[in-house]
Amino acid sequence: MKKICLYFEIHQIIHLKRYRFFDIGRDHYYYDDYENERSITDIAERSYVPALQTLIQMCKDHPEFRVAFSLSGVGLEQLEFHAPQVIDLLQEINQTGQVEFLSEPYSHGLASLANEESFRLEVERMSKKIKELFGKEPKVFRNSSLIYNDEIGAQVAAMGFKGILTEGAKQVLGWKSPHYLYHCALDPRLKILMRDINLSEDITERFSSHPLMADQWLDWIASTPEGENIINIFGELVTFGIFHPLSGGILEFLKAIPVLAKDRNIGFVLPSEACAEKSVGPVEVPYNISWVDEERDTSCWLGNHLQREAFNKLYGVADRVRICDDRRIKMDWDYLQASNNFRFMTTKPGMQFRGIYDSPYDAFTNYMNILGDFISRVNNLYGGAENEEIDSLITTIHNQDDEIAAKDKEIERLQKLLAKYNPVEAKKATAPSPKEDKPAKKPAAKKPAAKKATTKKA
Amino acid sequence: MKVMMFGWEFPPKIYGGLAVASYGITKGMVEGQPDVEITFCLPRPTGDEEKFLKIINMSQVPVAWRDVQYDQIKDRFVGHTAEDYYRFRDNIYADFNYMGVDDLGCLQFAGGYPSNLHEEINNFSIIAGVLARSEQFDIIHAHDWLTYPAGVHAKMVSGKPLCIHVHATDFDRSRGKVNPTVYSIEKNGMDHADCIMCVSELTRQTVIKEYHQDPRKCFAMHNAVYPLPQEYLDIPRVDNGKEKVVTFLGRITMQKGPEYFIEAADLVCKRTKNVRFCFAGSGDKYWEMVDLAAAKGIADRCHFPGFLRGKQVYECYKASDVFVMPSVSEPFGIAPLEAMQCGTPCIISKQSGCGEILTNVIKVDYWDINAMADAIYSLCTNEGLHRYLREEGLKEVAEITWVKVGHRIRKLYDECIYNGGFIH
Repeated sequence: MKKICLYFEIHQIIHLKRYRFFDIGRDHYYYDDYENERSITDIAERSYVPALQTLIQMCKDHPEFRVAFSLSGVGLEQLEFHAPQVIDLLQEINQTGQVEFLSEPYSHGLASLANEESFRLEVERMSKKIKELFGKEPKVFRNSSLIYNDEIGAQVAAMGFKGILTEGAKQVLGWKSPHYLYHCALDPRLKILMRDINLSEDITERFSSHPLMADQWLDWIASTPEGENIINIFGELVTFGIFHPLSGGILEFLKAIPVLAKDRNIGFVLPSEACAEKSVGPVEVPYNISWVDEERDTSCWLGNHLQREAFNKLYGVADRVRICDDRRIKMDWDYLQASNNFRFMTTKPGMQFRGIYDSPYDAFTNYMNILGDFISRVNNLYGGAENEEIDSLITTIHNQDDEIAAKDKEIERLQKLLAKYNPVEAKKATAPSPKEDKPAKKPAAKKPAAKKATTKKA
Repeated sequence: MKVMMFGWEFPPKIYGGLAVASYGITKGMVEGQPDVEITFCLPRPTGDEEKFLKIINMSQVPVAWRDVQYDQIKDRFVGHTAEDYYRFRDNIYADFNYMGVDDLGCLQFAGGYPSNLHEEINNFSIIAGVLARSEQFDIIHAHDWLTYPAGVHAKMVSGKPLCIHVHATDFDRSRGKVNPTVYSIEKNGMDHADCIMCVSELTRQTVIKEYHQDPRKCFAMHNAVYPLPQEYLDIPRVDNGKEKVVTFLGRITMQKGPEYFIEAADLVCKRTKNVRFCFAGSGDKYWEMVDLAAAKGIADRCHFPGFLRGKQVYECYKASDVFVMPSVSEPFGIAPLEAMQCGTPCIISKQSGCGEILTNVIKVDYWDINAMADAIYSLCTNEGLHRYLREEGLKEVAEITWVKVGHRIRKLYDECIYNGGFIH
């Protein structure tokens, strides 16, 4: 039986305000409150609320209907402040038990391409927040704009996720079909759901320009070859109402899907249910893919020198931000990372939405001014210590963690050996050691590190 | 195809942008289309003009009959020849002896922009009548308002279509307070023209709105640049180290908005210590600007090297890290293209015509000194942005060629000659 896996993203950025270079060092508030409130209330009213109400009704009418969502942390904060009714609706739909919430990086940023540790922490924060709000730990992950490569896959698998969503990009799939379950080339535990670009974009991109009927669309799904059983339809929730006006009947289209699917013997599936199946094989993704633009890669965020410079500057302080405990800085860090900020700087041809900026250079200038202020604030936390000094301290801490882990293993091995040859003495040694040894040893090992640090500073 | 062209300036004698544009247009047409022959009428050529077109020296076209011997005068001609002189003499159409003619029966031009400019414009048009009777041509092309009366006169005599090329209007020069005499000359020329080529859409809109022209016969014909000669390419780019140099280059007049540059410079100086500002050029606001810089207390960071010519201009571009053109109203503005050829990123006002065809420049409103200062600061501190605009700008400007402009002009010519113009 063919099954549709429906998923919608909910994300809105925190808009940055016009920030001139004279403001650097004087003004540490970077956000356009008016625009934030205006845009999120507008989007909630025109899109999120009617779309979610429709989906709730669909869940009630069709017990076999399934749909998944993911929320970005920054988008969630905006909704909490300005449109809590959307969160109520999400909780209402969660009650039906027919939905699933996925995890994603809190900031909707590009940390997965820059800093493993920051990325991991962001995802953990997001998962925790999802659990708080909806009561279930997310089992499936989706990266910002479905960015994926093999290494990200391996990392996500190590975090304990069962599956990941990504783009069924042609350069990766080639002759293969996105309608199967694949797994990560570096870690077979992680299943991969590939978006069907055509069928998804029939709705998300082309609905207004090429009007479509639900029966036609489902006929296409029904006519896919035998054995191709997972149809991954991923999009943004703003597809309903913002990308395509509700007056165009897009919600009626949505409502008709489960009714007509039943006639064609097509079911629905949640990402976590889909990932419980057996995969047909690995998919190798050596280069980044995403669901953006015709290239389906990261060129719209990191395609030119400007974007790469901004990106490198931002993630250049990632470690410093991570080990600090200043709440304002951590908040700004979330908001500044959002990938939309980089997209405003793209110089690719075609109509680009640029927010308040009238050119990529304008977007870059504004962002770099803000970043200049932010970075100096971060550096001030460390009393003007040299970058290299802090970097070397961070690596020292890192290396020592590894060393301790290695030594723990070594101790365990030796104790096993000892137990083999001399069971009496081994008992004496094991009694206090494996349990007490670990906590006892850690601070002991860390002390010399701290000493080293102070001597280096001096 | 034979084109009768009237112009006021032509290299090597350069007064401003008009000479450069006239050169580019004619050279681009001749290079791209071998069947085009251009006769270029100048008030006072030097004789050192390039030979790809036929130059007619208006100071040596007779308007009164003189009985002169070939042997005595044959070496006196600059531009056209003695044979041409006799042909012109056969087509004198009225008695202009009262006008103060010389021994050849010609009217004299001082050249450039003398105080009796209106008289010279009138003389230029009288002579055009003689030329129109003696020369064979398919179309008339007049550059800028000084030559519009000549173009109109030639059209009246010959019945050939008239194209006029609007390099600037008096609305740009005077910020809206037009000189009525100049306006009437401009308007008369446009009224009689079959085709109006404007150097930008901005100018085209001015022509349509302020001169009440039919939009169907107005076209935007953006200027281009010639690739730099080897001599200029060889000038090394100056690395100013930590000090950054921001340059303004142009006439220091109201039209060019120099005061906005100083205001922006002041804002930048308040925050940074390593930026210097260079004011190259001269003009009626020169002393006022020196004064303003001193009043703002940034005179130590502002430099006024005065009027630069020839190679000096390119040395100045190459020694700059940022080029700024804050013009209040700029019909086209070729300077940013030249700066981009030298690898200097540009900030231009949105009120500049060249902005319509450039994407790798930063555009700000001329009055928005905050945005201008911000852009200057950004270019001085962000190497990434600087490098991007430098590299992409070079590529972009290499694609803007006069030959392409020549082809577009040719299309309009053909429309005028074979299809009877644009208004049916």
